[in-house]
Amino acid sequence: MAAKKKLGLKQRYNLMTRGLDWETSYQPMDKVFPEATFEGIKIKDWDKWQDPFRLTMDSYWKFQAEKERKLYAVLDSFAQNNGQLGLSDPRYVNTVKLFLTGVSPLEYQAHRGFAHAGRQMPGVGPRIAAQMQSLDELRHAQTQIHTISHYNKYFDGLHEFRHMHDRVWYLSVPKSFFDDARTSGPFEYMIAIGFAFEYVLTNLLFVPFMSGAAYNGDLATVTFGFSAQSDESRHMTLGIEVIKFLLEQDPDNLPIVQKWVDKWFWRGYKVLTLVAMMMDYMLPKRIMSWKEAWEIYFTQAGGALFEDLARYGIRPPKYADVATAECDHVAHQNWSIFYQYTHAAAFHTWLPNSEEMDWLSEKYPESFDKHYRPRYEQWARMEADGNRFYNNALPQLCTTCQIPMGYTEPGDPTTIAFRTSEHKGDIYHFCSDGCKDIFDGEPEKYSQSWLPVHQIFQGNCGGADVEDVLKWYNMNLGADNLDQNVSPDQELWDEWQRQRAAVSSVAAE
Amino acid sequence: MRSHHERENSVSIDLKTLNVKPRRQTFGHIARRFGEDRPATRYEEGMLDVQATDHFHYRPLWAPEYELYDKRRTAIELEDWYVLRDPRQFYYATYNISRTGMRQAADHNFDFVEKRGMLDNLTPEWRAKVENYLLPLRHVAWGANMNASQICDQGYGTAVTAPAIFTAGDQLGIAQLISQIGMMLEGGTGEALDRAKDQWMTADYWQGVRQVVEDTFVVEDWFELFVAQNLVIDGLVYPLVYESFDAEGQKHGGAAISMLSEFMSEWFADHSRWADAVIKTAAKESDANKDRLSAWFAAWRDKAAASLRPLSAYVLEDGGDAAVDAALETLNARAAKLGLSV
Repeated sequence: MAAKKKLGLKQRYNLMTRGLDWETSYQPMDKVFPEATFEGIKIKDWDKWQDPFRLTMDSYWKFQAEKERKLYAVLDSFAQNNGQLGLSDPRYVNTVKLFLTGVSPLEYQAHRGFAHAGRQMPGVGPRIAAQMQSLDELRHAQTQIHTISHYNKYFDGLHEFRHMHDRVWYLSVPKSFFDDARTSGPFEYMIAIGFAFEYVLTNLLFVPFMSGAAYNGDLATVTFGFSAQSDESRHMTLGIEVIKFLLEQDPDNLPIVQKWVDKWFWRGYKVLTLVAMMMDYMLPKRIMSWKEAWEIYFTQAGGALFEDLARYGIRPPKYADVATAECDHVAHQNWSIFYQYTHAAAFHTWLPNSEEMDWLSEKYPESFDKHYRPRYEQWARMEADGNRFYNNALPQLCTTCQIPMGYTEPGDPTTIAFRTSEHKGDIYHFCSDGCKDIFDGEPEKYSQSWLPVHQIFQGNCGGADVEDVLKWYNMNLGADNLDQNVSPDQELWDEWQRQRAAVSSVAAE
Repeated sequence: MRSHHERENSVSIDLKTLNVKPRRQTFGHIARRFGEDRPATRYEEGMLDVQATDHFHYRPLWAPEYELYDKRRTAIELEDWYVLRDPRQFYYATYNISRTGMRQAADHNFDFVEKRGMLDNLTPEWRAKVENYLLPLRHVAWGANMNASQICDQGYGTAVTAPAIFTAGDQLGIAQLISQIGMMLEGGTGEALDRAKDQWMTADYWQGVRQVVEDTFVVEDWFELFVAQNLVIDGLVYPLVYESFDAEGQKHGGAAISMLSEFMSEWFADHSRWADAVIKTAAKESDANKDRLSAWFAAWRDKAAASLRPLSAYVLEDGGDAAVDAALETLNARAAKLGLSV
């Protein structure tokens, strides 16, 4: 046979992907792809899509299998060697609880969401990229469950992560965030999760959890974090490609995309305020403050990104300045909420000790000593007097982000922020202008919110007493909830330390 | 200060003497299913009850008549959707490891065929037929990939939806493997693939199949789609192509084609174990399920078999109908074993 010119990598990849698809004729394309147009996005030419990574399925299997072999070898050895004994402090485990109950179910949601996008987008390039991301996200959900499974054997607060995610008041914050994205159209989903979450905000979720794990001796979590990194970089590339592609396709897409950028920045930011609290309060060995992380990963990195996107007419997300200003307050306000409601949370709380308060003063010179130190000192005095402060009233929730309305007015940290909107004769409440704007943009959607406190008052959550509700959450009262220092977790840890001290003193002799 | 070696010693003593006893063996939702607290496998922990079931916040803009995850998206009814177990017990890691092994064998076969110039043994007539029957199948696989993604998206419960996205990956992998065969047939270029796509779009003997594939794209009930694709279309196409067509190919120097498509035969056996388990379990649960599944099966079987006759006649000429009949017989026997009335 005559030698023919071999194909370049790009041509080869194109043949193996784009070449697979065809224009249907026995069924109309708008029936085959019924969700392609209802969001108002206009695509003139799917062939203009640039595949951000040219990964064929055989390479995918090979890379991923290799990573999985290594990861599970570490997990097995962590379990066999009781790796939990190497933690910096048992308080650290509470971040793992927050992660498994709040974040891992979102990985699963992302998996199903990318399967949806991977079926519904008419372009073959983005469809394949979305399907691979769907596989990746299932990987993340499963590896996280498998990693944390070992912690579940020794620590409380993890054993009902699935049941709780669908019910518990603060878990409705991450759950409603992802339900919101999943119930959007395929293009909005790609901007919400692919761009806003995976590109703009992801470092504010993963760096804190994974570095936090590394600083605090959690080898298992660090390993899955590292192992997920190459997946994440593919996801980021897809996210940026999607937004550029939509903006290049038609000028009419700009206002739609801008609205989504504004909305999903704010939705994502509100979920991340839980991470802010985790960084500033829950990590026994801290990596950096929330404020510092925001400066690096949003103000600087996000600033550069939005400068780059300016040529398409995109401006930075609305209320980004408000989120930046709130850095001085959100972590403290969130931790205060959880401290007051420790009886209703499936992780433990505590008051920062004096060394930790000094760290907070140093990191938050504008706000901590003035507004939050006095509060913690007062609560410490109450604790010392045997009168630990619990808030027994149920909080009002923001209809959009579903966080208790404990945030203060921009520029006025002593006044609680309240916003309201009226829709079909009912009044809805919001914690911020950002949340109110989102509601006002789609009141039909957000008026459906399953607000945990409303549901409790309507009798849909196991009963009228807080205790009934907590039982309905499948919470082990006195074990999953309340302060760290009175927890079975702490007791068990102290027992391990006593045994280890005894063994080392024998060994030393 | 103690040396590193001494410290290691003390840690190992530490571990041996410490009383580190688990307080529980698995998660609550799994222990409730077991009826006791005992260790669960990674398949079980990564799959059971992982999908959210309650208190969805908003109705999908793209299907406001349903909840985000909704059992009513199919006419099949099950008391517990987690009965639909995967006999391969795949979770992400074991899935990828399995497919990597299969692909390594395929790569080895590709090298073997190339090194020995085995494709040159094909008679020119059969080579033309291979191009026309085998290469367009990458579009059938791509259609199956879309359907698997649809089942993952619309299905209920991780037990069935997780293997569905694995199947989407498989079908894409098969479409790409066929593409590689096409490139190899044409000395590393894409011309054969372009011609094959043309056949897919215009050749008479492909239009019936293309119509059936396009019809699956608009099926609304995801379980019907599961039957149409994973039992019927795959269940007819694979035996017909990779057994009957391949057997005929042996008479025309086609050993290379058998080697290059070995992956598909191995995959079909593996895939059928899953498809069978899902359908059998659903049929067993109630007569209503059984009747529904049987009706879907019969309708798609008749349509798909009819569509394959012109293709089979093109490839096998006078033997074409007999090969389709044989594939039908195999499929009917399989469906009967799953409890369907055929």
